[in-house]
Amino acid sequence: MGKNPWTAFHAFFVKPVATLYGIGELFLKATPLMLIAVGLAAGYRANVWNIGAEGQLTMGAIFGGGVALFFQESTSPLVLPLMLVAGVAGGMLWAAIPAYLRTRFNANEILTSLMLVYVATLTLSLLVHGAWRDPEGFNFPQSKQFGDAALSPILMPGTRLNIALLLALAAVAIAWLFMRKSLTGYQMRVAGLAPAAANYAGISARRTVWLGMLIGGGCAGVAGVSEVAGPIGQLLPSVSPGYGFAAIIVAFVGRLHPVGIVFASLLMSLLYLGGESAQINLALPSAVTGLFQGTLLFFLLAADVFINYRLRFARPIARAVPA
Amino acid sequence: MEHLAQLVVLTLAAGTPLVYAALGELVTEKSGVLNLGVEGMMLVGAVTSFIVAATTKSPWLGVAAGTCAGAALSLVFGVLTLSLMANQVASGLALSLFGIGLSAFAGLGYVSVVIEPIRPLAIAGLSTLPVVGKLLFAHNPLVYLSIVLFAAIHWFLYRTRAGLIVRAVGESPESAHAIGYSVARIRYLAVMFGGACAGLGGAYLAVAYTPLWVEGMTAGRGWIALALVVFATWKPWRVLAGAYLFGGVTLAQFQAQGLGVDIPSQYLSMLPYIATIVVLAIISRDAATIRLNAPASLGTPYHPES
Repeated sequence: MGKNPWTAFHAFFVKPVATLYGIGELFLKATPLMLIAVGLAAGYRANVWNIGAEGQLTMGAIFGGGVALFFQESTSPLVLPLMLVAGVAGGMLWAAIPAYLRTRFNANEILTSLMLVYVATLTLSLLVHGAWRDPEGFNFPQSKQFGDAALSPILMPGTRLNIALLLALAAVAIAWLFMRKSLTGYQMRVAGLAPAAANYAGISARRTVWLGMLIGGGCAGVAGVSEVAGPIGQLLPSVSPGYGFAAIIVAFVGRLHPVGIVFASLLMSLLYLGGESAQINLALPSAVTGLFQGTLLFFLLAADVFINYRLRFARPIARAVPA
Repeated sequence: MEHLAQLVVLTLAAGTPLVYAALGELVTEKSGVLNLGVEGMMLVGAVTSFIVAATTKSPWLGVAAGTCAGAALSLVFGVLTLSLMANQVASGLALSLFGIGLSAFAGLGYVSVVIEPIRPLAIAGLSTLPVVGKLLFAHNPLVYLSIVLFAAIHWFLYRTRAGLIVRAVGESPESAHAIGYSVARIRYLAVMFGGACAGLGGAYLAVAYTPLWVEGMTAGRGWIALALVVFATWKPWRVLAGAYLFGGVTLAQFQAQGLGVDIPSQYLSMLPYIATIVVLAIISRDAATIRLNAPASLGTPYHPES
């Protein structure tokens, strides 16, 4: 693309995090990725392929945002917790549809959860163009700005980093405890590794699907609230630059392990920031980010071979000489 | 009557990208490989065909390039899953995400470019016949090609020895290997055929149907194609019927606007996705039918013991 690779590297990976504000942004963008990926990983471990986190995030944002708009004038400290609860409910509701269709009708959850992403995005578009449009917004498709009680408190002055990060880290810790130390977590891992054995041991496949989907949906719902109550502060026709899909990559790059996911989400967040920075400093298009994300996952999957299989340089087998 | 004929013509045109993508995926899945990267391959096919058509001024060259691009991208998936034994679901998702990013990146300079599209082909003498003329003899050449492709695939899978081998590999790779067929080679070919078809479907969208390039222009058609293969219980003629059904559903939004029905456009845009979910649930409800018809080794890697 005709740019000096070193300048490009500098613009992509160093410049965005050279300031305190930049570091705040790094953690800010890592927050939803971490939340969603931790939830998805619980499902993926159990062979439940929820790829509709983007839609569950959007539903979480709609539910949480709805609460914020309803209590527009309120200054009660309960508004934010209520938004969170609503967001979790929204995300879970959206994840419950594929779970129900899978357990009741045997419908493939990959396809149904993905189709629901489009439905959720269109629902949000419907609301901000219609019922929830700000009457003083000069006809822009956006809701009113949320009241102060509906915005997450800032964690570090001088940045946009808010308390949602703590929530994400708590989710990571809980996920680790749940998957490693609880019986249900163990059952889910067994169901993923050896479905036949799980069935034989009396582990309900139905319950595994429901849990896998609901955990993913709930976490994505929280991420939706954290976005609208954090950096966005209102409802817009689009509330996420593809976090729900990027989180799938994060979950795999983090090896489906909560701690790995923390680091993977920081890496992915850096890719987002780098994309923006490259756009400003080098006039490279932001689509580079998407390209990088996909390439990253490819290399990871290819590298797996060297973890799962040992290379053996076989010599041609000497033929036995008949006696 | 004229109006009805027009509706049929539009439905066929709208269903054609799904016909290409779903038939390609059908052949891939028949060999036992699940490639979830259809959306990515379609987009890359679309953007490649559009760029080539815009630079060479030849839409047909564009279609050829888009087809090759789809096949080339599917080769990446092939290497990952067939040679490196990576998880097919994860690799397919990666392929889709990569294709979406790659196409958005490659197509940046072409967003408002105008090209000479492939126009419907009016067959001299026959296309002017009342009703029937429009219905049968005035489609886009790529619509005819998709029907030829359908017939060819049906014939190939069920009437030829090679088709039988592909199906055998999908049902029981162990047996196919035991009687001396290279499972990996056959699966590579099936994956690349699926990629080429997805690329062709994307190319049809970009140089014939729309004809322009917009980021993410397939709007989930690749995923709908995947669902179609399941609806069709892996049977080619049902894929064809399903594709036209969905073509008709996607038309509903334009038709309703044309008739002056006053509902927000978002409701109508939701229709194809909701329809996919509902039909998928209805067809999948009977677990036994799915189990009987799905290629037995679908989604599982095969590594011959050496």
